[in-house]
Amino acid sequence: MTGRRCAVVGVGQTHHKSRRLDVSFGGLVREAVFRALDDAGMTMADIEAVVLGKAPDLFEGVMKPELYLSDALGAVGKPMFRVHTAGSVGGTTAIVAASHVQAGKHRTVLAVAFEKQSEGNAQFALGSGRGASLGAGGAFAPFIRAYIHRSGAPEHIGWKVAVKDRRNALKNPYAHLRIEDISIEKVRESPMMWEPIRFLESCPSSDGAAAIVLTDEEGGRAAAADGRPPAWVLGTSSRSEPPSFPGRDPVRPAAAVQCAADVYAQAGITDPRRQVDTAELYVPFSWYEPIWLEAYGLADEGAGWRLVDDGTTELDGALPINPSGGVLSTNPIGASGLLRFAEAANQVRGAAGEHQVDGAKVAVGMAYGANNQYFSTWVVASSPEPWG
Amino acid sequence: MAPEAGDPVEVAVVGWAHTPFVRHTERSETELLMEAITAALAPLGLSRADVDFTCLGSCDYITGQAFSFVSNLDAIGAWPPKRDSHVEMDGAWALYEAWLRLKEGDIEIAVVTGSGRSSTGDPTLIYPMEMDPYFLAPLGVDPLTFAALQARAVIAAGIADERSMAEVAVRSRGRGDVDELLAEDYLRQPLRRHDVPPITDGAAAMVLATGERARRLVDRPAFVAGIDHRTECHNPGFRRLDDSPSTRLAAAAAGLGDRPVELAELQAAFTHEELLLRHVLGLGDEVAVNPSGGALRANPIMATGLCRIGAAADHVAGGGTRALAHATSGPCLQQNLVCILEHRP
Repeated sequence: MTGRRCAVVGVGQTHHKSRRLDVSFGGLVREAVFRALDDAGMTMADIEAVVLGKAPDLFEGVMKPELYLSDALGAVGKPMFRVHTAGSVGGTTAIVAASHVQAGKHRTVLAVAFEKQSEGNAQFALGSGRGASLGAGGAFAPFIRAYIHRSGAPEHIGWKVAVKDRRNALKNPYAHLRIEDISIEKVRESPMMWEPIRFLESCPSSDGAAAIVLTDEEGGRAAAADGRPPAWVLGTSSRSEPPSFPGRDPVRPAAAVQCAADVYAQAGITDPRRQVDTAELYVPFSWYEPIWLEAYGLADEGAGWRLVDDGTTELDGALPINPSGGVLSTNPIGASGLLRFAEAANQVRGAAGEHQVDGAKVAVGMAYGANNQYFSTWVVASSPEPWG
Repeated sequence: MAPEAGDPVEVAVVGWAHTPFVRHTERSETELLMEAITAALAPLGLSRADVDFTCLGSCDYITGQAFSFVSNLDAIGAWPPKRDSHVEMDGAWALYEAWLRLKEGDIEIAVVTGSGRSSTGDPTLIYPMEMDPYFLAPLGVDPLTFAALQARAVIAAGIADERSMAEVAVRSRGRGDVDELLAEDYLRQPLRRHDVPPITDGAAAMVLATGERARRLVDRPAFVAGIDHRTECHNPGFRRLDDSPSTRLAAAAAGLGDRPVELAELQAAFTHEELLLRHVLGLGDEVAVNPSGGALRANPIMATGLCRIGAAADHVAGGGTRALAHATSGPCLQQNLVCILEHRP
């Protein structure tokens, strides 16, 4: 990693639902923040700076909500920072918060991300209310068709991912979708939304928030000595590429490949398939699991779908992907990236509960945004020096 | 002055540029940024390929479009892909993120930007949306009204009066007669037209570099001696409007007390804000305040704060020793950033 060492010592999230009518924006973020602070054995007084992430303000109709949320987040008298990097923003929020520690500016920092999508119309906002507002599924379907064409993957791969993630979600008490009778047949028979993406291969629209507490090496070691294992940040990386030009490959984006290479180099990972124990990848539509497995070097190019087909990515497989149920089960857009990073941290802390991957020591958290253009990734581990 | 002990990675402003500041342009934000970034890099002999990290500052509600910053990736030339970030804040906070990133020590050059075309919207409709959505936004109070409330508090506290406010306006814009201005009608008592900022479209880009690289690039880099930002209670009714404790905290953390500054560039969009900020920062008459004309002369929202840092950097690059820059966000100076730049041999 770059700069000084940094560790995650607290993780919290809300219960996610289509409509959290029981809480205000402030109430929503505080639910996640207090869980993270309790987990860290801290109070707001221990926090030196706050970083807030969320996707477009047009989703809720509140401009620069970090201003209004300064009080609810206990940020008065402290630095309050606001990040927005499209769908990857939750991951970027963790990365920028970690940067406060890695740069030596602050010792203990709170990263918070939320979306309260029921307050507005995400589909409308994704298109800024212009034209047909075709939304994320409409934008991503051509990339998925291209992946299938290129890799020759059979169509049941998407259905399998959809079933796996929803089954994992049944083990996650915070997950939004709880589809007890999920099955291949049920996914296959669900309505076609954007060829080849079916309804049950798509993410929900959620109200929810996530929060993590990051601290320096001394804080991480103190937590460990106190019997509260931290997740050590081995590397963080962001990469962006332009919207469109001849030569750009949105199915295997150069930004994703470089982001992965950068973060693995920082973490000392030379063989990701073997060295990474589990990954929380941003998979809002089922086919993105094999797409990201390949771009992130967790599978050979063209072979990501085989890891889905042979059960490698199941919770009890050799490389469990999205043990939390992932974006397919819970999607408060701005928070979805931070949930990936937070769930990866909980895995290596041994704190993932029923969806814990046995013996997970090194985990990847990843988020992407816009038209496969913004990538945020971190590698966390149970030890600051896992390779000895 | 020698580099501070415990400052293993020095970061400096080595150049900046901005587009013409105009009342309205038909050019897109991406076009504006294209011009500003090229103009900032070219004099340094750098190209976009030399930039290790970019951070853009802009606001969807100013632009009137969700994800408006995405198309600005074309302006930074993110190919091959770049380490990149975006803040829904003024470019001054984009600089803060880049400063942190450079402090990690593995990269050398960053570009930060601020951009906005506020001419395309109506501030009286847009700004109420940045207020508490339950108790304040429904009131529809526009920025002029909030500013007038603060101006009254600042006057009541004896920190300003209408004449000293008019004097700020005349000095900032380099034109007008105080007595004539004071004879005009109020827009919102006690604010007259000269007390309020213009509507401005524009973009600014700044290049940061670490220690030795900065010294190789320019004769006099403006080193960041300290930078910090703080927020306050949101509701202007719940805090003292004749004070700015967040500015004081940020200035102390940025090291204002360490050594005197010769110049201060304050993001004061309203005349009374300059007088309040001078008071809170304890700036005496020996400190030149807003020689650039500040936000009263040009107010490209989301770039205005970054331009203050640029003007302070110009002072250091032009032979000055130490300068302060300030940026703000939110109603009645809710959130404030202070950056101190200095010459280091």
